[in-house]
Amino acid sequence: MATSNRGLINPKDQLSAPVPRRRFVEVLLGGGFLVTAAAFVYPILRYLIPPRVSDLGTDSVVAGRVGELKPNSGKIFHFGSRPGLLIRTAGGEYRAMSATCTHLSCTVQYRDDLREVWCACHNGKYNLDGRNISGPPPRPLEGFDVQVRGEEIFVRRRREA
Amino acid sequence: MSPLRNVRDWLDERLGWDDLIAPLRKKTVPLHRLSYWYFLGGITLFLFLVQVLTGILLLLYYRPGANEAFESVQYIMTQVQFGWLIRSIHSWSANLMIFTAFAHMFSVLFLKAYRKPREMTWVSGVILLFLVMGFGFSGYLLPWNTLAFFATKVGTEITGQVPIIGRPLMIFLRGGEEVTGATLSRFFGFHVAVLPGLTTLLILVHVLLVQRLGISVPPKLEAEWSANPSAKREMKFFPNFALRELMAWYVALGALGALAAIFPWDLGVKADPFVSAPAGIKPEWYFLFMFQTLKLIPPKVWFVDGEILGVLIFGLIGLLWILLPFFESVQPSRPKKWITGLAVFALTYAVGMSLYGYIAK
Repeated sequence: MATSNRGLINPKDQLSAPVPRRRFVEVLLGGGFLVTAAAFVYPILRYLIPPRVSDLGTDSVVAGRVGELKPNSGKIFHFGSRPGLLIRTAGGEYRAMSATCTHLSCTVQYRDDLREVWCACHNGKYNLDGRNISGPPPRPLEGFDVQVRGEEIFVRRRREA
Repeated sequence: MSPLRNVRDWLDERLGWDDLIAPLRKKTVPLHRLSYWYFLGGITLFLFLVQVLTGILLLLYYRPGANEAFESVQYIMTQVQFGWLIRSIHSWSANLMIFTAFAHMFSVLFLKAYRKPREMTWVSGVILLFLVMGFGFSGYLLPWNTLAFFATKVGTEITGQVPIIGRPLMIFLRGGEEVTGATLSRFFGFHVAVLPGLTTLLILVHVLLVQRLGISVPPKLEAEWSANPSAKREMKFFPNFALRELMAWYVALGALGALAAIFPWDLGVKADPFVSAPAGIKPEWYFLFMFQTLKLIPPKVWFVDGEILGVLIFGLIGLLWILLPFFESVQPSRPKKWITGLAVFALTYAVGMSLYGYIAK
């Protein structure tokens, strides 16, 4: 031992490395491998994350044309990459809402016999304002603003108040 | 007791692990001044594994089809994080793998490792080389760019030159009369399903044969060692050679990462069947020697079409190449000289023609 009990070096002793050479090489090599592995695993993990889809932020779309819908009927339109539901009530008024059921994301439909919005997957029901009134849906459907401009029916995401 | 040791004991109790890896422990690698050539097969295997991994990653975003393929590769290159790196590694590794496979083949040829009893190892190896070239040819089309489009057009057209079976084969490859989206679908299928399956199977056979037969020693040395057994030098495969091989893989990985990062692979321009072929269009370097030869053969040789003659000759050479070990003498002390001569000629011809093809306008 080159060091005394108190860690002092006796000048007469030959200095020997406190870390054996073999251990040093092992740590160097192992550390090198780990760093390399990290350098290759990191890009792979980042690669696995899909890039954000840009068309999710749609704010306003043309959902249909005036005269296309009879009173007491509805249709599905594209709101960006997701479906929306446009309804013409029996009174002739237009309503629009997200068509994605808040329960398990099936696409809902307008039922002219019930005069309600209905989800076929688990019998969820919403009223014409999109409020969940029966069945499993936990929340109302997101409502959209409807504006008729000339021949076209515009649907716009509601601004947060 | 360390946890690793526990796992080992657990496996040993159930599978007889120690018996399973016993052959690996007994395996040795001959040591001589040409031992370095023994690394090439392993490096080729490593690059194949890199291809499998990066190929699976590319499959997460790639979409086959004439309207989508180019755009999806563009998306990988520009939108997906590190997508450019993954694709560049796949392309670079593909080229390096073909290079190391060729180098491995020629080293086996010059060291005469194909001799009895290793004929089947050679046969499986040459077929593997052809499969790897098939990977290169089918994968080249997948980005659906102009160069790939014309390379596939010319390549499949050459197949069509073969008498009798050529035309049906060409239509089978193209999925119709022309190179279209149907061709892309087929090539995609070959590239990600058919070829990987066949290649994996054949690699297993190849490696098991190497395992079973041990590593060959050049004939001269073999004679020397059998005359004087005390001169024999060997290294244990496990762990000594395996660790060295691992270091070689590590270097290969470093080279691959550097090449892919410094020279990312180009995507080119989207293929358009109604645009003229660009000037100076050439196949990938590993097909260049055949391409250049076909260009040099006159259009009519005696009464045979030049193209057909060229294709037939290459086909015949390919077949004879597979069967090469069966022409070799079974006595290690008297290897056939002409085979060495042929090997030198083949290497010189392939390198020379490739360079000529590269320089030629």
